[in-house]
Amino acid sequence: MSPEPMTSTHPASPSGAPADAYIHNIGYRHYDGPRLGRAYARRSLFSQSLRGSYGLGRSAKSKVLPLLLLVAMCLPAAIMVAVAVVTKAQALPVGYSRYAVFLQAVIGLYLAAQAPQSVSRDLRFKSIPLYFSRPIERVDYVASKFAAMAAALFILTGLPLLILYVGALLAKLDFLEQTKGLAQGLVAVVLLSLLFAGIGLVVSAVTPRRGFGVAAVIAVLTIPYGAVSAVQGIAFVQGHESAVGWLGLFSPITLIDGVQSTFLGGSSSFPNGLAPTTGAGFVYLLVTLAVIVGCYALLMRRYRKAGL
Amino acid sequence: MRIPSFGLTTGVAAATTVDDVTVIVTESLSKRYPRVTALDRLSVDIAPGVTGLVGANGAGKSTLIKILLGLAPATEGTAHVLGLDVTTDGGAIRERVGYMPEHDCLPPDVSATEFVVHMARMSGLPPTAARERTADTLRHVGLYEERYRPIGGYSTGMKQRVKLAQALVHDPQLVFLDEPTNGLDPAGRDEMLGLIRRVHSDFGISVLVTSHLLGELERTCDHVVVIDGGKLLRSSSTDEFTQVTASLAVEVTDTDAHPDGTEALRAALAAAGAAVTTRPAGSEGLVASGHLLYVEAAGEETYDLVRDTVAGLGLGLIRMEQRRHQIAEVFRDADAAQAATATAGAPGAPYATQDGGAHDVA
Repeated sequence: MSPEPMTSTHPASPSGAPADAYIHNIGYRHYDGPRLGRAYARRSLFSQSLRGSYGLGRSAKSKVLPLLLLVAMCLPAAIMVAVAVVTKAQALPVGYSRYAVFLQAVIGLYLAAQAPQSVSRDLRFKSIPLYFSRPIERVDYVASKFAAMAAALFILTGLPLLILYVGALLAKLDFLEQTKGLAQGLVAVVLLSLLFAGIGLVVSAVTPRRGFGVAAVIAVLTIPYGAVSAVQGIAFVQGHESAVGWLGLFSPITLIDGVQSTFLGGSSSFPNGLAPTTGAGFVYLLVTLAVIVGCYALLMRRYRKAGL
Repeated sequence: MRIPSFGLTTGVAAATTVDDVTVIVTESLSKRYPRVTALDRLSVDIAPGVTGLVGANGAGKSTLIKILLGLAPATEGTAHVLGLDVTTDGGAIRERVGYMPEHDCLPPDVSATEFVVHMARMSGLPPTAARERTADTLRHVGLYEERYRPIGGYSTGMKQRVKLAQALVHDPQLVFLDEPTNGLDPAGRDEMLGLIRRVHSDFGISVLVTSHLLGELERTCDHVVVIDGGKLLRSSSTDEFTQVTASLAVEVTDTDAHPDGTEALRAALAAAGAAVTTRPAGSEGLVASGHLLYVEAAGEETYDLVRDTVAGLGLGLIRMEQRRHQIAEVFRDADAAQAATATAGAPGAPYATQDGGAHDVA
């Protein structure tokens, strides 16, 4: 128990000496360096979560799915670009802001796989108290996780747009038009990323079981979409075309579809390409923002009791 | 900032000079929930060193730690940790304090190194320092090559070490260890207790360790705080707890003349004026209580008295061993005191063992 033998090496500076060379002789060394505090911890949690969403810093196995899905997101864009360049097309076959809506299944799968990974893990293995016994607060934890998930989705949905843009310029399409399209597309995927991240995290934060989280996220994304599409189809066939525009409010991806087709120059995937009116479009935008804020509030609530 | 190393005693010197006064001060600290009072006007001063926080489940230990970390507001009263107010400086406190939870808290799919580095960064250490401190700390808690393997494959003892490492990695001035020996086998417990001792003696970090296994606190702690039902029962140094009196455990055979040899001896000793009890003093030793007598050892003459009395009754002496009072006894004392009056919880009632002796006789 006595510290005597240790203290002779005490002044050894933390740097320099190869620590492993004399394992048993080094006494405890205090840390006198900087402590970067809460903002730094928040950034660290953000980057760790973002990297984790692509399997970085985790096992090789957990890198497979996210990277596969990223490839699946980018491949159609690359093919379209190749076709456009070869055929010297006058326009890209799909608009920037609509691209993500087409590939919603891939985005949904990615979210279902990564959102539970990001939050259920800490709940399941009860690591949360370790975070909250450190300088960060609940709001830092929730904001970091939310931002990291949204950023991961933004990479997933933004990268193909970038490929489309670069390809369009290579195909010598109009620069101004393409840049405007890219900007609109990026706004659309930012909204989509925030919305999906919020929904995915709220659903996965409910259960510490990762499997349930995956299933629940898929269900929350696909069941409303299926229902909305079916009812929209019926309404369209029966001639209630105004109802079609409003029905899209009830599933995440049609929300984004409505916003992008009203404000961001895209065309919608609703039956017959119907787009909501401008007034309805505002409602779409409001609902989208309300859902994002609501998800954040729900997450804050979820972690209120998650202290020690 | 700390100890330039001159002589041989620097480690110990550091431990006592870093913060001369107190590391934790609470003043009439209360925490009431709608249904239950978790802490009831608790006032304690805890000095640097290893302090044990003893109490049964639900005694308020976790609530106290939560308040001291600035994570839950107290209903009334004040608390200071390292001189910082828990209500206003929670962040600053948590930067300088480590916490090891009671339950499992480790994800199985990452290595100890990765996990502890991440936790070091969560405490505000820059990336390079986080890696260096992680390597150092894991070595100090006794994890070597296995630190690169996923935690899922670790034994309970190794997991406890990782939990301790993450509490120490940012070089705190104080650590809260919540039931650190839970689930360990006896050998693992001894190693963990030795490690906790070293956290103070070698690392100069003050420790507040909770336990409901009282025996282990005697060996590890300089000071013990006992709370029950959110009230302070006692706060005093371990020596005072355990060295006030020694007692003898005596076991004898039965003979034809004395079918109940134990009872016969008890009567004879009591008649001779010795303080005898048939109850095991520590709550841990529930075994064979009917066959053991506990005799207050006033001095050498008590040994002679026991020997002579046993011989006089013609009984066979199976064993006579010295045992120190155990901390567990304070609970019995407290129960008795509570039955008499409710004032046992008052912070100013420090050394109740003198009363305890009286209960033993009764």
